Order: sequence, then structure tokens, then C-alpha cells
Amino acid sequence: MTLWLLIAGCIVTTALIKAAGPVIAGGRDLPAWFMSIAALMAPALLAALVVTAALADGQRLGVGAHTAGVAVAGVLLWRGHSVVLAVGAAVVVTATLRALA
Amino acid sequence: MTDSFRSGLRLGIPFGIVAFVLSLSFGVLARQAGFSALQAIVTSALVFAGSAQFAALSIVAGGGGVAAALSAATLMNGRFLAMGIALAPSLPGGPLARAAQGQAVVDASWALANRGDGTFDRWLLFGTTVPQYVAWVSGTVIGALAGDVLGDTERLGLDAVYPSVFLALLVAELKQARARKVAAVGAGIALCLVPLTPPGLPILAASAATLIGLGGRHR
Repeated sequence: MTLWLLIAGCIVTTALIKAAGPVIAGGRDLPAWFMSIAALMAPALLAALVVTAALADGQRLGVGAHTAGVAVAGVLLWRGHSVVLAVGAAVVVTATLRALA
Repeated sequence: MTDSFRSGLRLGIPFGIVAFVLSLSFGVLARQAGFSALQAIVTSALVFAGSAQFAALSIVAGGGGVAAALSAATLMNGRFLAMGIALAPSLPGGPLARAAQGQAVVDASWALANRGDGTFDRWLLFGTTVPQYVAWVSGTVIGALAGDVLGDTERLGLDAVYPSVFLALLVAELKQARARKVAAVGAGIALCLVPLTPPGLPILAASAATLIGLGGRHR
């Protein structure tokens, strides 16, 4: 029962958060400074997602086997390989390191 | 419009494959944390926000309460606020129509639809989201119903999937020097805040790195 409460809460808050930006900031022309900030939002948020997913476990910072896997993916991506190949390599490297450990 | 939608569908397929793997592990972990198969599937079908789902799940699995799990999920979703504000000028229609279109935002779609000049290709965004949604729900169904076969997903290295996907999206964004600078500052802000704030908040705070863009323009 409490899990259903949690699920319902997540459904409602996620929908509200996703709706908030388009409702509040939409429907009018926004100034040039706003557009230059909007254009840079992707690198800022994606970089934060990458480092927290690769280096943080809750509130603790640290490296693990998956950090090495992600680093290998980074090298492959930088050299122009596909997402699927890079992700596959990351998984294989991570699993192999854990199997050896 | 339809061309954009179609190329979105195509662009979304690799991210759909990745979403499938991720949601498979969500399904497995949800069952282990005490979700029924139906609860896991409903969560993926109607919340459809991977990082928030994993954040809530990790709190439930650790014995935390509903309030803590919901706050963690909401903080994780905080970045959708920043993404939605950036996207807003590119969405036509009244408030309700814009709110509905905003539901299609997931990280990969939003990043790929970003034209780099502050505007977004909304049909590309919708198209990219479709394969990811289908994969997200079907992965959860399989993980929730047949997860026992997989065993420990961490052993399989599946926790490397999520950061690698974001890295792929990030690399595509780093063509301009200014974007590289913003990415570095955003990563720095997030890492500094990790030990100090609940998970999720460091990511939202990283959006402040975009203010560098202002300094560059006015000088």
C-alpha cells in the first residue's frame, strides 16, 4: 500500500516538474541572454550527470569498476564510435574487473 | 515536421537499446526491493524517469520511508525544470498543450533536439522519445517477470550503462570551446556538492554553470 503511495507521488511530481518549465517560460519571446543560457544547459547538466553517476555513490565520492568502464566508453566515444559499442564496452570492462576482483 | 519525427525515431533506437538494459535492471531491483511486478511496470510506464525511479528505489531498498524516497526522486527530476525552461520557447500552443508536450522530455531526447542556438526541434524530441519509451516499459516488464534468471545486475556491469549513455550525449555537445568550459564547471559544481547535499541537487545546481555563457557574450 505504501509503495502505491510512493508510485502515485512519483507520477504526479514528475509530471508537474516536466510541465512547469514549458508552462512558466513558454508562450512568449524570451531575450537573447535567455537563449544563450538555454543553449548551454545541455553540457552543464550532462556533465553533472556523468560525474555523479560515475564517481558518486549516494553522498560518497569514489571510484569503482564501473568508473573504469565509463572511462573506456569515453575513449571510444571520443574516437567517434557508436553509443551502443561504447556502452557495450563499458559493461564488459566493468563486469570483467568485478569478476577478477 | 514528419521528417524530424522520423529522424527522431531513428536517432532514438540506440538510446532505446540502452534504455532497455537499464529498465531491465530496474525491474529486477524493484522486485528485490519488494515491489510487485505490476508496481514495477506501472512505475516505468507512468513515471518514465529513469534516474528518479532508481533514486526512489535505492531508498526503498535501504529501508527508507515514502517521504524520503519521494524527495529523492523529485530532486533527481529537478533538472527537468531547467530542461523545460530551456525548451519552453520552442513549444507552441497554450499552457495545457505546452505542459503535455513537456512530458516527452527525457535526457537523451532533450539533448539531441537541442539545435545549439537555444532553440529545440520539438518533433525530433517527440520522435526520439518513442523508441525509448517502448524499450523502457518492455525492459521493465521482462526484468520484473523474469529477473530471477539474471541474478545480481551489478555483477553484470549494468551500472556502467547509465553514465556511459550520458557521456555519449555530452561528447556530442562539446564541439564549442564555451560548451567545454560550461561542462567542466558544471561537473566541478556537481562533484563539490555531492558530499554536502542529497543526491539530485548537485545536478540541478550544475545548471548555474550556464551563466558563463552570459559573461562571454557581453565582453
